[in-house]
Amino acid sequence: MKTDRKLHLARQRKQVIAFNLFRILSITVVAILFIILSFIIFNGIKVISWEFLTAMPKEGMTKGGIFPAIVGTLCLISGSMLFAGPVGVLSAIYINEYTRDGVLKRFIKLMTNNLAGIPSIVFGLFGMSLFVNTLGFGDSIIAGSFTLGLLTLPVVIRTTEESLKSVPDSFRHGSYALGGTKLQTIRKVVLPIAFPNIITGLILSIGRVSGETAPILFTVAAYFLPKLPHSIFDQVMALPYHLYVISTSGTNITESRPMAYGTALVLIAIVLIVNISANGLRKYFGNKVKMN
Amino acid sequence: MRRFFKKLFEKIIEGILFLSSTVTSLAIVLIVIFLFREGFALFGRSPVEEGFVIAVNNKNPVSEIKASQIKDIFDGKITSWKELGGNIEDIVLFRTDDISNYFSEEELGENLEHVPAKISELINKTPGIIAFIPEKFTENDFAGKIITTDKITAGKFLAEKQWYPTAQPAAQFGALPLILGTLWVSFAAILFALPLGLATAIYMAEIANEKTRRVMKPLIELLAGIPSVVYGFFGLIVIVPLIQKVFNLPVGETGLAGSIVLGIMALPTIITISEDAIRTTPLSMKEASLALGANKWQTIHRVIIPYAISGITAAAILGIGRAVGETMAALMVTGNAAVIPHGLLQPLRTIPATIAAELGEAPQQGLHFKALFALGCILFLMTLGINLLVEYISSKRKNISR
Repeated sequence: MKTDRKLHLARQRKQVIAFNLFRILSITVVAILFIILSFIIFNGIKVISWEFLTAMPKEGMTKGGIFPAIVGTLCLISGSMLFAGPVGVLSAIYINEYTRDGVLKRFIKLMTNNLAGIPSIVFGLFGMSLFVNTLGFGDSIIAGSFTLGLLTLPVVIRTTEESLKSVPDSFRHGSYALGGTKLQTIRKVVLPIAFPNIITGLILSIGRVSGETAPILFTVAAYFLPKLPHSIFDQVMALPYHLYVISTSGTNITESRPMAYGTALVLIAIVLIVNISANGLRKYFGNKVKMN
Repeated sequence: MRRFFKKLFEKIIEGILFLSSTVTSLAIVLIVIFLFREGFALFGRSPVEEGFVIAVNNKNPVSEIKASQIKDIFDGKITSWKELGGNIEDIVLFRTDDISNYFSEEELGENLEHVPAKISELINKTPGIIAFIPEKFTENDFAGKIITTDKITAGKFLAEKQWYPTAQPAAQFGALPLILGTLWVSFAAILFALPLGLATAIYMAEIANEKTRRVMKPLIELLAGIPSVVYGFFGLIVIVPLIQKVFNLPVGETGLAGSIVLGIMALPTIITISEDAIRTTPLSMKEASLALGANKWQTIHRVIIPYAISGITAAAILGIGRAVGETMAALMVTGNAAVIPHGLLQPLRTIPATIAAELGEAPQQGLHFKALFALGCILFLMTLGINLLVEYISSKRKNISR
């Protein structure tokens, strides 16, 4: 009896030690996140001003603002989403609604997974080779947008697929029973229900696109270009590349450090806004669906 | 009639949907074609800069010199022909620009029209000369002998240890230091990220209450959302100086800095995938363990972890994949020295960082440009292998759970 109790106590002690260890390690992970965020927010907030956001860079990028980089990133976000959004959503509809479990579906999924696993710098090489050189777009918004669009396509497909899957089959069957065709069912029943989740997925991929640097290095990004683009065949500055430039190879790294903090903060802010709004949407629509 | 058009319309829409779903496959095919076409063009070429040749005196018995030897000769490390199997004769280096040391301006002509002839003459009268000259100088009545070099092959590209892509006269494309650098940094990153990530995954899936989990999940997502260039920036400003101070190093940009930053970046991948794997453990198995009198911790490490082990392996492998392909952070904190790494406390260089750093300066269609695409091919194959491995592991897992 006594040894049993001892054993039990030893076991409990082990459990307490293990659980506390895991708790500490988890807190470490969260702490890392907060250290990075607070470091950039506290250092960057001093730099952020109206002028910083709306002025051209000056004096070898040590003064002035980052306006052209913000505009450039916005151009790239809209360009890539114009491509990846429709293609991704349509392709997910095909995968989820039209194909049956079989070779074709597995093949398409395997390809999508593999595309997601290709490193971003390889997309950069490919974009340069195809869009910039072979198709002759030159370093331009359109070349960068296509490259970034391809990169984010698997994300869009995957999130859309998940949203479509979450629509119960009984809804589809109900529509068929009422004489609806496949297309009508998708348009009138499946898509309206899946819509909020699809939008959430698209918003999340905006976050991804805005921060990618490697794919735009050789397809669109300009080192220093203090003017706004006039057409989709122009080069632009972009926030992530700008941060890379002023923190490693700018003309005066120490003097442009505040600019770097500010740029990093703007990038982080985009990611934060994207994540918070995606989560908010998820919660809002999640509740709504439940209420019905 | 209306019905026919309706049906036609549906078919057309289906066609459009099908076309969209082929885009990803098409993209992969195109990536393979463009990457490998450019990359494979490197092989079978002479490493001597295009449009240039290396020539020696006609009586010199040496007729073939290896690319690495050419570099050593022009770097002054090899000084005698004897080392190359020739006569006992000092090597005299000659580049086209050196011509003014041998001949006066008048002799070379007003528009330098006599330069080819004079170079030919010089080579003819200097037994120990090795000359790096434009190919067109050798077209008419050239008195020297043109040296052949060994061609670049895939084997040499993978196995040689020298990466001097812009070396003149013969560039050195040995990708081994870069491959090893990439692997070192990635494995070290996982060594540090796996315990942390796995512990977090177990904590979130089995130990934490629902409320804590609901707070942590979006935070992990946020960690995944931070752009790599911001991680690189953070690493550059915080981690690099820290490492320099702690280990008292001349520079803080080291493999260790790279692995810490890449490790942090791989955390979200490891956490989400292993958490998913842990969550798939059937409730009946957990309950059976608890019913046998095991406590929660025993259930976790005797039942849940063994059950989820293949998913956890997949998470670790995918984490490595993430680290292998990471560009900007690696570029900013690893120090970019293309040498074979002997430890993590020295600068090293990864494949993606090399491509990002050098592609902008490599002249298009030159050898260097092609070599960077060949590096891209290696990277592509590495990550493809990783993805297929994960695919294989998870398909096996599905079979078991059935």
